[in-house]
Amino acid sequence: MKPFEDRKFVILGIFLTIALIFLGRLFFIQVIDDSYQMSANNQTLRTITQYPVRGLIYDRNKQLLVYNEAAYDLMVVPSKVSDFDTSSFCQLLGISDSAFVTRLKKARKYSRYRPSVFEKQIPASQWALVSERLYKYNGFHGEKRTLRKYPKATSAHILGYISEVGNSDIAKDSYYKSGDYIGKRGLEKEYESVLRGTRGKKILMVDVHNRIKGNYRNGLYDSLPIAGKNLICSIDRDLQALGELLMQGKRGSIVAIEPSTGEILAMISAPSYDPNLLVGRPRSKNYQMLQQNDSLNPLFNRTINAMYRPGSIFKIVQALVALDEGVITQDTRFQCNRGIIGCHGSHTYDELVGAIQHSCNPYFYQVYKRLIQRGDNTSVFKDANMGLQTWQERVKLFGFGVQLKTDLPGLKMGLVPTPEFYNKWYGENRWAFSTIYSNSIGEGELQVVPIQMANLAAIIANKGYYYQPHLIKSIGEDSVKRPEFTQKFDTEVDPKYFEPIVKAMFKVVNESGGTARKARMDSIIVCGKTGTVQNDPWPDHSVFMAFAPMENPKIAVAVYVEYSDYGGTWAAPISSLMIEQYLTGEIKRKDKQKRITNASFLEIYEGKK
Amino acid sequence: MRAKSSIFQNIDWTIFWVYTTLVLMGWINIYAATYNEQHQSIFDLSMSYGKQMIWIISSYLLVWIVLMLDPRFFSRLAYPIYALCMALLVGVLIFGTEIKGAKSWFTFGGFSFQPSELAKYGTALALTYYLSSLGKKFQGIFVRIKAFIILLIPAGLILLQPDTGSVLVYASFIFVMYREGLSGNILLIGLGAAALFVLALLLNYTTFDLPFELQISGQTLMIIVVGIICLLIHQMFRNHKGIKIAIILVFGVIAGYVYGVNFMFNDVLKSHQQSRINELLGIEHDITGAGYNVHQSMIAIGSGGVFGKGFLEGTQTKFNFVPEQSTDFIFCTVGEEWGYLGSLVVIVLFLVLLFRIVIIAERQRSKFSRIYGYCVASIFFFHLAINIGMTIGLAPVIGIPLPFFSYGGSSLWAFTILLFTFVKMDSERMHILS
Repeated sequence: MKPFEDRKFVILGIFLTIALIFLGRLFFIQVIDDSYQMSANNQTLRTITQYPVRGLIYDRNKQLLVYNEAAYDLMVVPSKVSDFDTSSFCQLLGISDSAFVTRLKKARKYSRYRPSVFEKQIPASQWALVSERLYKYNGFHGEKRTLRKYPKATSAHILGYISEVGNSDIAKDSYYKSGDYIGKRGLEKEYESVLRGTRGKKILMVDVHNRIKGNYRNGLYDSLPIAGKNLICSIDRDLQALGELLMQGKRGSIVAIEPSTGEILAMISAPSYDPNLLVGRPRSKNYQMLQQNDSLNPLFNRTINAMYRPGSIFKIVQALVALDEGVITQDTRFQCNRGIIGCHGSHTYDELVGAIQHSCNPYFYQVYKRLIQRGDNTSVFKDANMGLQTWQERVKLFGFGVQLKTDLPGLKMGLVPTPEFYNKWYGENRWAFSTIYSNSIGEGELQVVPIQMANLAAIIANKGYYYQPHLIKSIGEDSVKRPEFTQKFDTEVDPKYFEPIVKAMFKVVNESGGTARKARMDSIIVCGKTGTVQNDPWPDHSVFMAFAPMENPKIAVAVYVEYSDYGGTWAAPISSLMIEQYLTGEIKRKDKQKRITNASFLEIYEGKK
Repeated sequence: MRAKSSIFQNIDWTIFWVYTTLVLMGWINIYAATYNEQHQSIFDLSMSYGKQMIWIISSYLLVWIVLMLDPRFFSRLAYPIYALCMALLVGVLIFGTEIKGAKSWFTFGGFSFQPSELAKYGTALALTYYLSSLGKKFQGIFVRIKAFIILLIPAGLILLQPDTGSVLVYASFIFVMYREGLSGNILLIGLGAAALFVLALLLNYTTFDLPFELQISGQTLMIIVVGIICLLIHQMFRNHKGIKIAIILVFGVIAGYVYGVNFMFNDVLKSHQQSRINELLGIEHDITGAGYNVHQSMIAIGSGGVFGKGFLEGTQTKFNFVPEQSTDFIFCTVGEEWGYLGSLVVIVLFLVLLFRIVIIAERQRSKFSRIYGYCVASIFFFHLAINIGMTIGLAPVIGIPLPFFSYGGSSLWAFTILLFTFVKMDSERMHILS
């Protein structure tokens, strides 16, 4: 045994210990802890998102309603920024020196090595100027984005708008990432999943200097963006534009429908706004202006969100239900007894057609009384309860008091009072016809959404059925329509009962004593019904619904003008012009158009909206 | 007399093949670490990998030369070689070329030579010669001082370059002296001092809250704890003579040392060295500054997983995230492209080499051969421990190469000569008796 030979064990032990510590540590960082893998990917892989083109929207004649325009985000990579003439740079972008400093600081805080947005959505026109000077400013580059653009400042409520996703959007759908855009209102919202397309991505490898070194795994995980589908909207852009013009200086709505399909031809909510306001950099400022600083609330879409008493146009529904229920015939006459309910005009004892033509209130008071108090029960209250039950079921078949399944989000239902409604209000057995008779002439508790009025016009034009009013004719190029829009809804009223109604509506417009003579045209036979909704002591709402031509109708329209005058005074001629435009493609009656465009009813009445 | 053709006859083939494997693995990893698409051939002489091939081929020439030499050559010429190395170290301070702030290199044309690599060899021979010339044990204060002087001369000269990493390598000779009889306590005290140093630094930045809104610094707390332990020991061994003085002495030394650490750390070490130590201890964390290398190195190794990303597929390696990757951080390439399995193979191979050297050293009849064997093992071990340790965040960043792996002719040549001198001695062990 050599001296100290045992010490080799100590030395070998130290060697072994260190080796085992290393192997243990390596096992931990290589096999167990995957954060290093993530860091490595973060450093070397750059996922380039390839944004798909958002689908365009055309009108029914293939005219563009909305398209995309290139805009550029100016990106900055702080680590690459070197000294340069900041004042000329700021001048180029139109920002202040202090804004430059704070933005750069913010970008630096996010990451020194990764690009962040320095200036958003520079329009293509300005970008040309910026890009040709960008070589002077190290660390800045442009990234292409698309902005929505509207060739005609029209259809704002229909199209809606897109905006950057918020946290709640991201939480709801993990597809979205901060900075993405999402449809917030209108068709942009409803058809978001179709319009947005699918993002593509490209994974690139970068070296330590952030230089691109090629595709990761030869592009195995890359994908191409899939463009969003284009939509063909049922709107007629020229008709829509005319409607918006006619409604200038007014509050109210116009809805026009093609009766044979339920396609919406025009949908105007006044006051409206220029959709181009809600695009690009001025968006948030403009939005705030429209949202808060405008007492007329132009962002509010009256056609689907406002609820009104329908007024006399509702007499048509009463007549049809009464005929089909057999409580009257077209020959039934009632005295125009103006004691209980007021009336106008010189008639005294009309049959149905005359009563509609003259809009005789006492007549429909009696009709409604027959519908509600049918003598099925000895208790007048129970009788009214049963009568109202049947009545409201039938009225709902006309699309009132139910939510129409259209393709605009947030549609209101309106209100058709039910027995439960009055039981709650007055108490059970505490109401009868005498309590609720105002409904007979479309006043009282009835609440109707403008699109439902247009739908009623379409039902009459179709003599008894309707399709859900909708805006999109075709998704993509292959003419796909949502299946629910091709499903017929029947009012269950015998088509023969529509004959006297159509005849009466013809007379309303075309014969002396009709309430809507202003809607008459020489070339086209218009049928319609006026409504004048009382707002004592303020001016009445002017209401009119119509369809034309009388044979084989092509358009059904409803117009509602708030706080203006009689239905025949404003709503009827507006409807007439809409019909003329749609059926002839132009307006010949320029003087008529001028009279309407010159009219303004924007005074705000206290306590009313 | 022995025929020349028999020079390979008695050599230890385990060492030879482990050496060959490591050298070739090193070459492949240098290729991956510095791979250039325009120069895809591993034989391209304009690239590091092409040059490394030349270093490898010439190394085998050196192996052949070393094995040709008469074994007595090494002991006879130990001091002359040592002297030559020291002359080179002085020379490099005068005539050397400064690269990265250190005058460590002689350059001739395209090639450069680092004398500090060769100096390890010369020092190993000289120390071996001195220790083996001592009659019996390694005892007596003057003997020890002389041995330390042999180490201090090259260490001092290298410190002047300055190349702290290479200086520290000389600390590894403590294993040799321990084997030859240096008290084990010195090893323990060294270890304890290192542990205290780390602890004191860590506690230097910590304060503890006490009741009554008092605060106490970590170091003070540590002294108090040490004091309590001393008192307890005193109670336990109160019957022994002189225990009181011994305990007071120990306590005084520890207390002084702990407070002295601050001074050493702040006033002796350079700021980049302070940062590296702080990074290692987790006191500082600046992944863009002092901690950048280690951070990147650990990402590269850690992202390798079990099986690695594959040859030439290491993203961190290819895209130069790890600085000095073909030299000091070559182990990253192994870890990233070959994964845990690759790391395991490399570490096990080195461990086999170290064990083999120690085992062979112990079978030498000649004291000179045995001591030299320990020198070789110690030097390799130190390089291995520090180099791999720093890549995985267990050792401070000290720029010393991984034997046989790191790119560079000087180190490969020096390690080859160092190793095969021992192989030669072993192959002749039957003929050497001294």
